[in-house]
Amino acid sequence: MSKVTLRTEGETHVIVTRRFTAPPEAVYRAHTDPELIRRWLLGPEGWTMPVCINEAKPGGKFRYEWTNGKGGGFHITGEYLELQPYDRIVHVERMHLPDPTPDNHIETRFEADGAGTLMTMRMTLPDANTRATMLATGMEGGMEASYVRLEGML
Amino acid sequence: MYNLDAAFYALADPTRRAILARLAMGEATVNELAEPFEITQPAISQHLKVLEDAGLIVRRVDGTKRPRRLAKAGLEAMDQWLAMLRKALETNYDRLDEVLAGMEKRHKGDTR
Repeated sequence: MSKVTLRTEGETHVIVTRRFTAPPEAVYRAHTDPELIRRWLLGPEGWTMPVCINEAKPGGKFRYEWTNGKGGGFHITGEYLELQPYDRIVHVERMHLPDPTPDNHIETRFEADGAGTLMTMRMTLPDANTRATMLATGMEGGMEASYVRLEGML
Repeated sequence: MYNLDAAFYALADPTRRAILARLAMGEATVNELAEPFEITQPAISQHLKVLEDAGLIVRRVDGTKRPRRLAKAGLEAMDQWLAMLRKALETNYDRLDEVLAGMEKRHKGDTR
């Protein structure tokens, strides 16, 4: 299975791609059904998602809360702008750390790739500074553990 | 620790990316770096300062010249950081592979 690619584009975009052996319909459902989302969108080992509210319809809201079980945690809120089953999702989201970060506008595409799926997420941040901060601090608040490991490496 | 925030900010400008691309081919003086651009030398010097402060380039003293070259350690720090982000995402998507495999199994077992 091919790995995740992560790259910057222009001044405000971040592009993430990943291939899956499952077809687009299944990958799309795993991104919109809260019971499926909370089984994989967890970050580092040991983190869980006790709150996973997801109204997958245009104008619908979502709220994901994570905890490390040791008093650490953060949450993301967002709104869906467009949903085209099983091809495309457009939404905005922000992290609460606890102050909200600037909105990240994300278009996620699910394209048939043989029997599987090529997923492409195109993130658009409001400006170059915000993207720099997001990339430098980690794309998920739950990555402190990895951050600490990296600090030890440098 | 390198200032990754400054490094990513430095990369967000097309002129600075072009300067780094030029330096990837080897050391260059300020005049050589300024040549392809229709901007003043002070403007180029300002871009070089941003890149230097971010730890992405270093300067050498050669008589009256101050040639710049890429700072390997700063660029490697950025690479390592991006690799780490990729790895964190990969952890999630590996889990998603398992969820998807489970969905398919249930679907195949559906005899309706």
